[in-house]
Amino acid sequence: MASEDSQDMSLTRVFWITLRRDLMLAYRRRNDLVSPLMFFLMVATLFPLGVSPEPQFLSQAAAGIVWVAALLATLLSMDSLFRSDFDDGSLEQMLLSPQPLALLVFAKICAHWMISGLPLTLMAPLLGVMLFLPEQGMSAMVISLLLGTPTLSLIGAIGAGLTVGLRKGGVLISLLVLPLYIPILIFGTGTVQAASAGLPVGGYLAILGAILALGVVLAPIAVAAGLRISVSD
Amino acid sequence: MLVVARLRLRRLFVYNALIYTVKKEWRWLTAVNSQRKVLLILTTPLLEVKDLFCERDERVLFEGLNFSLNPGEIIQVEGPNGSGKTTLLRILSGLSQAFEGDILFNNRPISDNRDEFLAALLYFGHLPGVKATLTPEENLNWYCALHPHTRTEGITTALSNVGLFGYEDVPCHSLSAGQNRRVSLARLYLSDAPLWILDEPFTAIDKRGVARKEALIAKHAEQGGSVILTTHHELAIHDNLRKVSLGQPVEAI
Repeated sequence: MASEDSQDMSLTRVFWITLRRDLMLAYRRRNDLVSPLMFFLMVATLFPLGVSPEPQFLSQAAAGIVWVAALLATLLSMDSLFRSDFDDGSLEQMLLSPQPLALLVFAKICAHWMISGLPLTLMAPLLGVMLFLPEQGMSAMVISLLLGTPTLSLIGAIGAGLTVGLRKGGVLISLLVLPLYIPILIFGTGTVQAASAGLPVGGYLAILGAILALGVVLAPIAVAAGLRISVSD
Repeated sequence: MLVVARLRLRRLFVYNALIYTVKKEWRWLTAVNSQRKVLLILTTPLLEVKDLFCERDERVLFEGLNFSLNPGEIIQVEGPNGSGKTTLLRILSGLSQAFEGDILFNNRPISDNRDEFLAALLYFGHLPGVKATLTPEENLNWYCALHPHTRTEGITTALSNVGLFGYEDVPCHSLSAGQNRRVSLARLYLSDAPLWILDEPFTAIDKRGVARKEALIAKHAEQGGSVILTTHHELAIHDNLRKVSLGQPVEAI
């Protein structure tokens, strides 16, 4: 019993330490953090200039623009998730640790979400205002992003894990991962559009939540298996 | 009536005979098993490699490779560049699965007792596994969290042992290549793992550093640990040292 307790302790500890390490790494390389956020902001700024600045049109397109921009910004940052660990050998040490690899991977994905998905979600209301999103759609957008962006990170990590051994994995990640992103995009924009039209959004959010729950449980295992394959040759 | 009774009798007899044989077999089996257990404890090699075959890019790196590593032994893997030394160490540590043959740890295949094997392993690879933006202390802290059988409180001592006293809080990107390797080598002082797999541990390390690492490896072997290493450097250790050569036909060692 005591040993079980201490094992639980060490699992929680290794989770927090890995999470803190990744956050610290990101904090020390702040410049890399800005680029997905800048991309997110750029899309929302340039879109009205390129298509039409009409409030009528923009308020209809806002949900889609914000969600597509968030999705692509996450995809941009995905390649770096395991890249530096692979290059400097930290990944080998993770694979050779007696701690469960899926747990370490989950900690890394959590850290990745905190430095990409969470800032995007927090910035989204600003973009909503810029794009004339109806007021009643605002909270739905934030909640849908809050449920959707972690799933984007989890699914993207599967692609990152599988392609980290390749020299140029960036393009391949997009090919692998984009089809899996589509349901989240559909239900995410669906939530915002329904809320803007004054319709109930419970069903959309429930589905986003269900996908997230599925991802939290299964994605780390898939990523761990992908990493073992990538490192093995 | 008579027929039925006879049939029953016969069935009873058959059953009894069956039970008797099963019991006998069982007793025999358990006796053999307990004997085998005693033998295992007496002579079990820590790591045993049987008939290992590896091919890379349609070139056979080694085939029919057999050796065993007993507690207290050091094995130096030798061979020219490209002869598969690193590949062998990666296979032994379980990183690479591109091989045929058996690798036994404590007489069981590694895939069966992976957790036990990983808990007993310290792997030092080509890449030091040191994050450039973290300080040596932070790097080792994370390593200690990954490996339960390490002593977090010994980090400062370990760093001063590898000659990095005063560099605890300097980010690793401002350290030299050799110092970065030393950060990674500090793990040797922290770990209680009995099995060390070291791939070119002396690369970029100065002469004094090499002498100290050699002494450390010799001490580890004296205390019952086992080491497999590759190096092009002539080791000053002679006790318990065996050599495995790659790149030429390998006989059973």
